[in-house]
Amino acid sequence: MTSSKLQVAVDADRCQGHNRCFAIAPEIFDVDELGNAVVIGDGFVDDTLATKARSAASNCPEFAITVTEVGQ
Amino acid sequence: MSGRQTPVENWETDFDHTDPTWVHDPYPIWKDLRARCPIAHSDRYGGTWFPSTHELVSEVAYDTVHFTSRAVVVDNLRPGELDLPAPIGVAPPITSDPPFHAIARRMLLPAFAPKKIAALEPMVRKLCRELLDSTSGKSQFDAADDYTRHIPVGVIVGMLGFPLEDADIFRQFITQVLEKVDMPGEERLDMFMQGEIETYLDKQIEAHRAYPRDDLTSFLLDAEIDGNKLAIEHVRGTMILLMVAGIDTTWSAIGASLWHLANHPDDRRALAADVSLWPTAIEEFLRAYAPVTMARLVIDDFDFNGERLHKDDWLLLPFPSANRDEKVFPDADRVILDRQENRHSAFGLGIHRCLGSNLARMELRVALEEWISRYPDFELSDPDSVTWSKGQVRGPRSLPMRILA
Ligand code: HEM
Ligand code: SF4
Repeated sequence: MTSSKLQVAVDADRCQGHNRCFAIAPEIFDVDELGNAVVIGDGFVDDTLATKARSAASNCPEFAITVTEVGQ
Repeated sequence: MSGRQTPVENWETDFDHTDPTWVHDPYPIWKDLRARCPIAHSDRYGGTWFPSTHELVSEVAYDTVHFTSRAVVVDNLRPGELDLPAPIGVAPPITSDPPFHAIARRMLLPAFAPKKIAALEPMVRKLCRELLDSTSGKSQFDAADDYTRHIPVGVIVGMLGFPLEDADIFRQFITQVLEKVDMPGEERLDMFMQGEIETYLDKQIEAHRAYPRDDLTSFLLDAEIDGNKLAIEHVRGTMILLMVAGIDTTWSAIGASLWHLANHPDDRRALAADVSLWPTAIEEFLRAYAPVTMARLVIDDFDFNGERLHKDDWLLLPFPSANRDEKVFPDADRVILDRQENRHSAFGLGIHRCLGSNLARMELRVALEEWISRYPDFELSDPDSVTWSKGQVRGPRSLPMRILA
């Protein structure tokens, strides 16, 4: 088991539905009926998805996604 | 149409986005402006500003307090002659400001959400294949005339439920709105006042009222805001917007990407060989060849980054220049198919994010996939005869190709 996890969050006020995150990481993000992003489940992702999570964050044109490391 | 304006000698003080040099290759001009004069001004079109860096473009896009979207195509008409007052504007939501903007946009969003658009992919693919079928056996043809220009118009006319053979009516109308911006104001006003397009749309609307169908026109006729059906002007305005916003733009993106691939055999081969490259490659084409420059009007006199902007000044909002800003995109002039960090703003930033972005992206991908699988190797047969559209939407309007394999 890893000792740290990532917490992914979408700032709904910033998100404008560019849909880049959902295209990059459908394991982490979903889109609602209006096309805006929502994080699936509680937003905690493990190491296997770390690269995808970071990639989604660094391709969001509105800087709406944050990925933070949380200790266990 | 060119030649109506005098040629530009100084881009910092007298730029003109319809000048032949700019139309031919704007990137060196923008690069120079970003470095030396990030907010250029020109007296043309009654006074126009050009903020060129990513930072300034974002600042304007997020600022709906000082800038209005009431008019978004820079031309010689004094703003206000044609346009309904903000916040609604002539073609909601693109010409709307808060708070009405969110209401008009929200009503349309479900029809353009990712999962709705994904369902249209087979229709787009079929259209692309049929177009390619009709080029079969030719070793040379114009990819703009025979392929790219038919895709988005076919898709939108199909989505609205209009007869496909009417696509030409829309192509002509769009050229008038987007490209003939340098004609004298009076003449342009006359052109719009003739109202042919409204008459055509009213006929389609009547037909849909009589027999509702599962298409975008019936969706608009059913839609409600606060429990009220939309006014006929709002329905017509939205249809016009979808055509003006959805056709030339997407056609341009597909054409510019093919133009790039015709000039870069390595990129062609890479894409044909490795499907995992496609997602980043599509975003990279959108970044490097972003076709759409928007515009705003200044609401009232105010100071903006050291310049005094005046009420009703035009301001061009060049997302394509922001996308080439080296401060945000290293090696910005180079197309890097696997660029990992790419926060491009081809579809805008903030509340007006392109409503059709999911559709446009899908059309671009499918059109390129089908082309590459049919014609993996090709080149421009006469690079000098490629022409680019003039105005705020940039893309190749003739694209003579030679098929190699
Ligand atoms: C590659 C193709 C396209 C590009 C580059 C593009 C670009 C843009 C940009 C930059 C904006 C922002 C406008 C602003 O900030 O004022 C915008 C808005 C818009 N686009 Fe697109 N567009 C494309 C295709 C489409 C398609 C296919 C449709 C629909 C069929 C569409 C419909 C719209 C609408 C309705 C808006 C207004 C949204 C609002 O104001 O809330 N676009 N587009
Ligand atoms: S990429 Fe950013 S703006 Fe786009 S849907 Fe995801 S969070 Fe929202």
